Formats: sequence, C-alpha cells, structure tokens
Amino acid sequence: MNRSRIIGIAAALLVGVCLIAPSIVLGQTEAPAVSGNAIDGDYGYGLPPMVSKDGQRVDDLIIIVHWFMSALFMGWAIFFVYCLMRFRARAGHKAAYDPIKAKVSKYSEIGVAAFEAFLLIGLSMPIWAATKSEPPPETEATHVRVVAEQFQWNFHYPGADGKFGKTAADLVDTVDNPLGLDPNDPAAEDDVYATELHLPVNKPVICDLTSKDVIHSFSLTVMRVKQDVIPGMRIPVWFTPVKEGRYEVACAQLCGNNHYSMRAEMVIEDDASFATWLEEVGIVEEFDEDELD
Amino acid sequence: MSGDHHHEPSFIRKYVFSVDHKVIGVQYGITALSFLFLGFCLMMLMRWQLAYPGEKMPYIGNIFGEAAMPGGVMLPEFYNSLGAMHGTIMIFLGVVPLLVGAFGNYVMPLQIGAPDMAFPKLNMMSYWVYFVGGVVMITSFFVPGGAANSGWTSYPPLSDIATAGQTWWLFGMVCLITSSLLGSVNFIVTIIQLRVEGLTMFRLPFFVWAQLITSFLLLLAFPPLEAAGVLQLMDRLAGTSFFLPEGLVVSGVLQTQISGGGSPLLWQHLFWFLAHPEVYVLILPALGIVAEVIANNTRKPLWGYRAMIYSTIFLGFMSFIVWAHHMFMTGMGTKISAFFATTTMIISIPSVVILTALVISLYQGAIRFTVPMLFALAFLPMFAIGGLTGLPLGLPAADIHLHDTYYVIGHFHYVVAPGTIFAIFAGIYFWYPKVTGRMLNSTLGYIHFFFSFIFINIVFMPMFWQGMAGVSRRLYNQTVYAHGDAVQSLTVMSSWGAWMLGLAQIPFIINFFISRFAGKKVSNNPWHATTLEWLAPSPPPHGNFETVPVVYRGPYEYSVPGASEDFNPQHVTTEACSSVS
Amino acid sequence: MSAEVLPYTIKPHPVTGLYNGKFGVWLFLASEVMLFGALFSTYIFLRIGAPETGPAAWPSGEETHLSWKIGGLNTLILILSSVTMVLAWVQFKMDNFGKGRLYLAITAILAIAFVAIKFKFEYAHKFHMDIVPSTSVFFAIYYTMTGLHALHIIGGVVVICYFIGPGAKLWDQNREYYTNRIECTGLYWHFVDLVWIFLFPILYLL
Repeated sequence: MNRSRIIGIAAALLVGVCLIAPSIVLGQTEAPAVSGNAIDGDYGYGLPPMVSKDGQRVDDLIIIVHWFMSALFMGWAIFFVYCLMRFRARAGHKAAYDPIKAKVSKYSEIGVAAFEAFLLIGLSMPIWAATKSEPPPETEATHVRVVAEQFQWNFHYPGADGKFGKTAADLVDTVDNPLGLDPNDPAAEDDVYATELHLPVNKPVICDLTSKDVIHSFSLTVMRVKQDVIPGMRIPVWFTPVKEGRYEVACAQLCGNNHYSMRAEMVIEDDASFATWLEEVGIVEEFDEDELD
Repeated sequence: MSGDHHHEPSFIRKYVFSVDHKVIGVQYGITALSFLFLGFCLMMLMRWQLAYPGEKMPYIGNIFGEAAMPGGVMLPEFYNSLGAMHGTIMIFLGVVPLLVGAFGNYVMPLQIGAPDMAFPKLNMMSYWVYFVGGVVMITSFFVPGGAANSGWTSYPPLSDIATAGQTWWLFGMVCLITSSLLGSVNFIVTIIQLRVEGLTMFRLPFFVWAQLITSFLLLLAFPPLEAAGVLQLMDRLAGTSFFLPEGLVVSGVLQTQISGGGSPLLWQHLFWFLAHPEVYVLILPALGIVAEVIANNTRKPLWGYRAMIYSTIFLGFMSFIVWAHHMFMTGMGTKISAFFATTTMIISIPSVVILTALVISLYQGAIRFTVPMLFALAFLPMFAIGGLTGLPLGLPAADIHLHDTYYVIGHFHYVVAPGTIFAIFAGIYFWYPKVTGRMLNSTLGYIHFFFSFIFINIVFMPMFWQGMAGVSRRLYNQTVYAHGDAVQSLTVMSSWGAWMLGLAQIPFIINFFISRFAGKKVSNNPWHATTLEWLAPSPPPHGNFETVPVVYRGPYEYSVPGASEDFNPQHVTTEACSSVS
Repeated sequence: MSAEVLPYTIKPHPVTGLYNGKFGVWLFLASEVMLFGALFSTYIFLRIGAPETGPAAWPSGEETHLSWKIGGLNTLILILSSVTMVLAWVQFKMDNFGKGRLYLAITAILAIAFVAIKFKFEYAHKFHMDIVPSTSVFFAIYYTMTGLHALHIIGGVVVICYFIGPGAKLWDQNREYYTNRIECTGLYWHFVDLVWIFLFPILYLL
C-alpha cells in the first residue's frame, strides 16, 4: 500500500465523519408525540420499563445473551484487526503456505456450542414453559377475553358471575354488539365490554386471545408478553402485573392499512379501583343493551 | 446438431435471446442491479415517512398522485405497499438473481472449465421468465389499490382479503419461482457433469460449492412456496378457504361467502419452509464470493477448505428443519418450540465454522487491500453481527420481547445488506475485469467502499436499540406509542443514514458505466488468481476457452514454497510452476 | 450453441452414468415431489384440523360424490399409458421408428381419454351439482390437486405430440438423441402417473 493511497483512505474517512456528524445532529430532532393520555414509565434507548412478575427473567436472558455476544464479537474483532495490521502486504513480507494448526478455533467453537446449549436448555426453556405452558389456577386469576379486529382491541370481562356469555360471529354488530354476545344467554347479562384494558395489580391475569378477521399480535411491551392472535384459534396468555399505572397495548403483526394505529391503553390499578371501574363500565354496557331492546 | 457455431449470430440472438451463459449472466446482472436500486428507492421513500410521520415529502411528494400521497403526504396503504415490495424486490428480484443468476451464471461455468451451462436454452428461458416476473411485479404498482401491501410474507387472511395487487404479486412469484427452479436444475447438472478433466469435487473453488448447495436449496425449498402460492390464488380467485377459518367478520361483516375450515397457519408453515432455506440462498453464494476474494488477496490457501464445504452441506440439510423458529409466537407449545430452537442453535455452528475459517485465513497472509478485498473484509464483521444477533431471536424466551420488532429488521439486514450486498460489490469489483476486459477505477472504488461502510452501519445499527425498546416493525408511524416516540430520534438518524447511503452509490454507478469504456485495459489474469476463469480471455469468447483446460491441483495454491510465482494456477502443470524463474 | 459442443449431452457421464438431460429430469422430478409433497401435506394438515361435526367437517365417502369406479377406470388408463410409454421407448431403442411412434400415439390417446373422463364425467358433473372449489375445503383441495395433476397430464400430452410430430425430425439427425428425449419424457410420464396413484386413494377411497 503506497502513501498516496493511505492519504486517500484517511481523507475519505474524514469526509465520512463530517457527513455522519450532521446526520446524528439532525437525528436529535424530536417528532411531536401523538398519544393522548400520559403513559407511565421511563422510555428510552434501553429495554422499556418492566412491570410484570416474570418479565425480569426474559430481560435477564436478553442481557446475558448480549454480554455473551459482545464478548465473542470483541474477541473475534481483536484477532481480525490484528491480522489486518500484522499481515498486510508489504515489501519483504510473504504469505505462509502451510495452514496453522489452530486448536484454539476448535475449542472456541465447542465453547460457543456449549454456551448456546446452556442458554437454550438452562435459561430459555424454563421461561418458555412457565410463560406458555403453565397457566396460573383459574380461580385465582382475572380472566379477560381479548378480541382483536382491524384496527381495535376489544376486551370482554365475565362480570360478577365469573362466566363469559355465549358469543357468535353472526351476532356481531360493530356499533351495538362488537363481541357478538348472545342476548338470550343469562351468563351474558352482566358481561362487560371495554376498549381499555383494566387489570388489578399483583394478581395473575389470563387473557384469551381471538381475532375476528386477520392475524394480529397482542403485545404488552412492559409485561414482556407477546402472542399472535390467530383467527379460528383461541390462545391464552398469562402474566402478573406488579406496578400500577397506565401502559400501552400494541399490535405487533401487520394487520392492514392502519396497523400502526391499533393501539389500546392498559390500566393497572388496585383491587378497589378495578372493581369500581368494572361497575361503571358495566352500567354503560347494560344501558346500551336496554337501548337495543 | 448443426456444426455452425462459427457463424455470427444476429444482434437479437446475440444480446437479447442469447443462449450464451455469459450474456445471460450479464443480462441477469444488469436487470437485478436495476431492481436492487429500485428496491432501495422504495426504502428511501419509506424512510421519509418513518422519520417525519405525516409531513409533506419535499420535491418528489407530488409526483405519486392522490391515490398514494395526497398533498405529498404518504398514505398508510402506500407505505405498506412500499414495505411489501421492498422486501420482495430486494430478495427475489435483486439479491438472488445477482448471486445465482448473474455471478453463478457467469463465473461458475468458467471456474469448472465448461464451454457453457448444460442446458443453454433452459438458461435463456430462466432469464426471460424472471424478467416477466419482474415486469408483473412492477406493473402491480399501477393496478387499483396499488401493489401488494400485506408484507413480503403475505400472511393470510390479510393477504386473502387484500387489494388486486396481491394477485399480481402471486403471479409474479410463480414466475420467479419457476425461473429459479429451471436455473437450479441447470446449475446442478452443469456442476456435476461438465467439470473438466482433473477437476474433482474437492478441487472445486468454494464459490462453486456454494452455488451447488444453493441450487439444491432452491430446487427443494421453492416448490412448497409455489404450492402455497397456488393455494392462495385459489383463495383469492376461486373463493376457497385454504387459509380461512369459519366465522370471519371483516369490517363488521360476517363472511358468509366462504366455507371456512382452513388455517392461517398452513400458509406460514409452507412459506417459512421455503423462506428459511431462502436465507441460506441469500448468504451461501455471498460466502462463496468472499472466500474467492479473500484467498486471492491474502495470497495463501483458504484455511479449513474442507471443513467449510462440509459445513455448507450441513447448513443446507439443517436449513430445512428450522423454519418454525419464525413462528414461536403463533401459540407453539414447549416441546415443538424446544425442537426448533435446538435445530436453530445447531445450525449456528456451521456458520461459525465458516466464518472462523475465513478469519483464520487472514492469519499469516500477505493481505492486499484492493477494493474487492475491502468489501470482502467488511463482510466478515457485518455478517458476524448479523449472525450473533440471530442468537437472542432463536431463543424462544428472548424472542418474546424481540419478535416482530426492529431488532429482527436489524438482524436480517446485517446479514443481507452489509453482508450479502457487500459480497456482491466485492464480486463486481473482482470479476468486472473478466467480464469487460477493463478494471474499475480504484479511487472511486475506495470512496464507494468507505462511505457505504459508514452509512450502512448508521442505517442499521440504531435498529437494534429501537428493537430493544420494543418498537414493532412495519409501523407507519411509531410515535403513536410511548416506547416508539422515545426512540424516534434513532429513526431519524437511520433515515439520514439511508439517504446518505444512496448518495454513496453515485461513485459506483459512475464507475460502473465509465470504466466499461475508459477503464484500464487488463490481461487475462489481473489479480494473479489461480482458478480457471482467469485462464479464459477477458472477456471470454463464445465457448469460453481456446483449448479445453486440464486441472492439476486444488483451487487456492498461493505462495507455494519453491514455486516461481506466488500463485500456481489450477491448469498449469507442476513442472511449469517451478521451472520458470 | 449447438448441442454437440457440450459434453455428455447424449453419452452418459462416466461417473454419474447419466446424460445431462436425464440428470436434469431427475432433478426436476425431485422438485415436483416437493411441490406435490407440499399439497399432500396440506391435505393432511387440513384433514387433521377439520372439526368432527359442523359445516367445516371432513365429508364422508358419499358426501364427496366421487365415484371410485370412474376414478378406478382413470387409474387403469394411466397405468396402461405408462406401459405403452415404456414400449415406445423400447421400440425406439430397437430402431423401430414406426412402432415406437405408434406406441407414443397410443400413450397420447390414453392421456387424452383420462383428461376427457376427468372433465366430462367428474368436473362437469360436479359443477352441475353446484359443487365448486369454494364449497368446502375438501373440494378446494380436490380441485386444486386434480387440476394441477390434469395440467401436468396436458403438458405431457403436448410434449408427446411434439415428439410424434415436428420433434420426430430429430430421429433422422440423431437417433440416440431422440431416444434419450423419449426416455426423459417417459420418466416424467411415470412420475405423473405415480402422483395419480397417490391421489386416487386419498381422494376417492379414504
């Protein structure tokens, strides 16, 4: 490599940095926030706030994996850069024909494989089993049905009797009966319909997910909960909120033109406020049904 | 049959409907580069909406018409079209045709010493079927409702009820799949049957091996997607319910015209059964190019050549049984997720082996920092980042938080954009003198490389942080969410990076066209390489070689002790290598 | 590019034992196995997922309105056509061009008979009864699989007719090359028959 080429490379790097700088500065311009109610929690560049009982295990796994990845990459990069500098073509330097006997690579590959096995069997599988296969006892949990549609989340509470009323697809009416509740079913009478997800704090929640139309994904970022909502299937998810506040429900699967606006709010509150809210929303619901008759 | 291969064919037979693998390779190359550029432009448009949601696009906002961008502001449906078509065009019309159609077609027969592909007419047909598929895809932008807007994955039921563009997309895909199938048959037969004397399987350049495994992946993985495409066409055109369950209520209307009884997950299984091997279709030929360039520019044999080949074969097999790791969030039980997570972890091992072999190949080399070598070197850390970030996504529990976020986008773009596309650039700079007989200008090449390297990282690195913050992909406007709004500045940075990256391609485009006529003329073997393509004249004539070569040694015999030069070409006898001094 | 410039266009490769065309057809058939394999998997997936009762339930034998007699007849026709295809190839191998061409013609006629029965007595009959692909997922997969299979048959007929008619000129130029091409066509033809051998029981009998 001759001198003019080195100067050329350095100049190119310099110009590059000059071009990045403004792009980073421009990157700091804040776009206006669109959300209505104030959302609780500190959101920033790292992992978002975490307010569920089991979410910490997911976070821990993510953090461990990233330390592992960084360590691997750094070790690898140091060797890489060393090779580039030490073995550059220059006068009097010749490449070696015989391959080096590098046992290190074999050991490091085995090490990587072993650590991956540990991550998978030791950490990931137990979390998955707990969050996807071991539901909390029904009696202790708050039960909610979540019905997704383009581009709205519907929440269906069983009401005082603890039983969900029958629903049928042919009874669905966007305005008067978004869930398709059967008016002749006594269990349906006290059912509560809401477009905001209210949940009591420190109590397990089971959400049964269904979709009316296309595939959605029920994403509670702060709970570390995500589950596709697939039409024709009823899929349960469960979690235990541990901190009161107002959070967001997002759709994480492209579901049509206004997918981005398929957002609902989730309020975690104490038992008393939850009961009060359920009553208030329930009254509105009954009023609607009277009007329907 | 006719022995008249000396007579000069007409212009149309020579340049348009040519059966010469080199002309077809160049046709593939030019077409696919154009599509690559088009896909890039679609992305640059999207990045405006992402960075400045709901704001009027300056200068060019008005040319898209009221149906797409009324008043210069992008509509969500147009945004979704751009997203779906960016993915489709980049993968099926850009990268795969470049890696396989262009490099594979041009270089592979030369590297095995063949006069042409085994089925020249089939080869021509592959190109034209691909071309028709491309035209269908482009045309779909102009049908009512715009191009397909259900994502490149086209998940039903959304894609079943989508606008007419989706039907066009499906027809386009059927063409592209057919083209790839014809091509893969041709490649495998050529590599197995047409190698010259002495060129055993373990004397093949790694690039040829990569093409061989890739062809098997295309051959066996694409038909299920073709089947899935036919089923979706039936759903859309004949009213069947392959992917539709009973009782769908779309926009408040019960869908009584469909019978129901199908499953949306069926599509996902068929789709990902293709699309995971497809990932290796995107990366293996790129690794092949990088291996060629690295061996040539370190002036020493590749380290662990056989281990690389065995790893590639193993990758090929494994890639057929990892597909459901794209579907962890579809309500999968512990056992099935454990199976697919395990196969996913296993498949990472051969990738690590290949990457390690390439890096150790640098050790004790004499590294020439030529333009193709810079791209090939940059490929290594970029591919490493892309590969490593696949790890948390492959662990089902970590995937709960990261699934369908920008983290995924960052991950696979690191593999495909600074990974594969850098390898493509390395290949273009490396083989351009073979194709044209002239070098690309290296000053413009260095400028192109450094700016591309910097800006492509500015585009994709922020995505990991966005994904960590929990921002979903495919959002028209992420600021509606508190966690999205908090990292909007990263989006803006990424967008500026993308536009700058666009500017950084200008030196390349200028270089590419000017050097065709004004580049420095070169000999047959300007890089002092060992493989057979450098024996043929630059550019090679019809039929490739003046005399049929015979191969005496492995592909990367550089710096052999006692040899007169630091490279021993495959076709030169051992006596000739050592005697001349 | 004339064919003779390329090695192993006609003569088999010493290691693989195949000439290029035969190798290519085998690979093509491998991809076809994956294509129909995906559709058979779809059939299994849908059938396992179908509810026990209700409108989406899998239809019983009578409800499908598929006659195993017609299906069986078509199966016989296809098996017979496979036999005549082999005989045609044998005749060409033995240098009997006339007889070979005759067997090819019989093969084509049998294939056309298959398609005619399929369309006239099965599809037309069902359309008449208002049974269309959208009736249920069973009929969706029935029409899709048999339709795709019929397309393969029609494609085969076109190729066979080509070799009876304009393609026969090749015989005068290079007999071995022509015979090879018939062999490749035969491989494809046996595959298409084999697909039907699987389709017939899963649609008509099970």
